[in-house]
Amino acid sequence: MKFKKNVAISETGFIFDPSTGDSYTLNPIGMELLNMIKQGIPFADINSAFTTKYDVDASSFERYYYDFVATLKQIQLVEDYE
Amino acid sequence: MSKQRITVALSGLNNIDSPGPGIPVIRGIKESELFEPRIVGLAYENLEPGAYMHNLVDKTYKVPYPSDGVDSLMNRIRYINTIEKIDVLIPNFDAELYAFMRSADLLKSMGINTFLPTLKQFEERHKANLPEFGEKYDVKVPFSKPIASAAEINNLNDELEFPYVVKGKFYDAYIANDKDQAKMYFHKIAAKWGLPIIIQEFVKGTEVNVVAIGDGKGNTIGAVPMRKQYITDKGKAWGGITLDDRSMLDLTHKIIGETHWRGGMELELIRTSKNELYLIEINPRLPAWVYLAVGAGQNLPEALVQLALGQEVKPYTKYDIGTMFIRYSYDMICGIKEFEKLSTLGEL
Repeated sequence: MKFKKNVAISETGFIFDPSTGDSYTLNPIGMELLNMIKQGIPFADINSAFTTKYDVDASSFERYYYDFVATLKQIQLVEDYE
Repeated sequence: MSKQRITVALSGLNNIDSPGPGIPVIRGIKESELFEPRIVGLAYENLEPGAYMHNLVDKTYKVPYPSDGVDSLMNRIRYINTIEKIDVLIPNFDAELYAFMRSADLLKSMGINTFLPTLKQFEERHKANLPEFGEKYDVKVPFSKPIASAAEINNLNDELEFPYVVKGKFYDAYIANDKDQAKMYFHKIAAKWGLPIIIQEFVKGTEVNVVAIGDGKGNTIGAVPMRKQYITDKGKAWGGITLDDRSMLDLTHKIIGETHWRGGMELELIRTSKNELYLIEINPRLPAWVYLAVGAGQNLPEALVQLALGQEVKPYTKYDIGTMFIRYSYDMICGIKEFEKLSTLGEL
């Protein structure tokens, strides 16, 4: 997944898309997930990390994960996504 | 470097909920590194807030509406000029531009400089002429048709589907979902701004805008794209943010390059979900949000004054992306004496 060029993501969880002027905020867990996706970590490893660290089962996390990724696509923060 | 002392006269002091550009233009000029301006306000109404903003406006004169005739407006300007010795005059209303463009030579003979679009430029970008403009300059525009009677709305079925936009020739626009609404808006706008009324295809997407200045030779002196973040019930921006959008700047350069646009302008655009840009309007003057451009690093009001004075202006090539403006209202307290002075003597 490739993030759109120029999108600014701050450590505080504030995301700014300068081409549309839209901005978003993420909570710390959302930021953690976003950073792992940005680093290109495979889904299986992210799933494993989250289910180990947080009180969430693998199937629920998978649902949340794809929901999150679909939202990134919908608000056009990512340029390609399979 | 010492600043050049100049006197600038401006209209558009109506800094109200649907604000004129006068006050933001003045702020830009007053922040200039080049000029030390005396600001002369030209007010059409006694309650235009700018007339009472003495930190920004040094002196205000009432002027007659252009609809009273160009001669009476120019006679008033002549009188004001005998007192103030105006160097540059910046009209900030669409409705008065025609009178000032027609009188540019007369103003020049009085020693007053302007930097306005030519009559041809002004006419061809008119809302009623937008389809021809789009075709001539190869710019995507929505289908538009000027109408002079509400009865014509009954005959638009073949050309347009609902919803469509009902627009005044200078200001106001409403989205109509059926014929009854369209007729209601027709009468509402016609009563305020006269005829024709423009019926325009509704293009779905995000409204984005560009403020720019052309030097009249095809060069873009400055351009800043913006998206409105908060829009009032009158369709005015209450907040906005500068964008990083090459396609909007390319379109601006193309339009200014091909029309040889002279003066300030605002492009009103719609970006569709397919990422296409439709031009829905060209306003032939700086918009009320021009101070955002100043804040983002392009002092376009200052550049406009320089151009009017015949000075060479180096084009701006950059601006700060992500600069925001948030408009606010503010209650000034004024003595009745001030109101009395402007109402009775026409000067404050």
